[in-house]
Amino acid sequence: MADQERFVQQAMEYMPALYSAALRMTRNPSDAEDLVQETYLRAYRAFEGFQEGTNLKAWLYRILTNTFINSYRAKQRRPEIADVEDVEDLYLYHRIGGQQGFRLGRSAEDEVLDLFTDDEVKAAIETLPDAFRIAVILADVEGFSYKEISEITDVPVGTVMSRIHRGRRALQKALGEYGLEKGLVGGQAGDA
Amino acid sequence: MSEECTGSGSECDEAIKRLYYYLDGELTDARRLEISSHLDDCGHCLDAYDFEADLRKLIANKCKDVVPGGLKERIADAIRHDSID
Repeated sequence: MADQERFVQQAMEYMPALYSAALRMTRNPSDAEDLVQETYLRAYRAFEGFQEGTNLKAWLYRILTNTFINSYRAKQRRPEIADVEDVEDLYLYHRIGGQQGFRLGRSAEDEVLDLFTDDEVKAAIETLPDAFRIAVILADVEGFSYKEISEITDVPVGTVMSRIHRGRRALQKALGEYGLEKGLVGGQAGDA
Repeated sequence: MSEECTGSGSECDEAIKRLYYYLDGELTDARRLEISSHLDDCGHCLDAYDFEADLRKLIANKCKDVVPGGLKERIADAIRHDSID
């Protein structure tokens, strides 16, 4: 009983973050609720084996990610990122007028970033294929280190780095497309 | 500031290549210092670094969702039932 109370007390504080990650992974509120519930049940059952003093948050994300991959991923397998090779470094920055706008100062770029809505940023992340989406969520939303992400997802650090970098490029491209629709960004670098 | 950087030298190439590793906190102290000192001299690279750091913050801030009402209670119930079984 004491264990159960302790688990609930310690693990429940991560629920908002886990729910958001689950929603990005499943892209569906009802699947996200099921995924979070399943994650907590599995975590509770394994809690005795969890070593006090180690990273509870990373451990919960590991269970969340494994549960997602095993239960949901097969249903909606998506292709690899096909076309990020043509997405250069600083893709969005260049399209928003960085460098060209440099002498004007930073405020214009900041304002453009502020114009992206929550729904657009979420939708842009949700366009990424599973492995890349998971890596970007863990790195950019949750702030886990490469090593932690490697442990959470059971892939080597080199693969983690490659997924994060490719995922970020694809994310910038997706955001760039929303920006283009809204007339916030130029179609080509240097148009500004 | 020492002499102003034109934003196109090999130091800039290095800085941009390592931008994500820097923002991710994954560089050695020596590398981090090298880049910090370049950013002190190069407004072009600093501008790009700031943009990417702001974008990162934007992504984290815009990805917060409200937990559906009742989910916490449902999970607490499920755990309670699980421990009775």
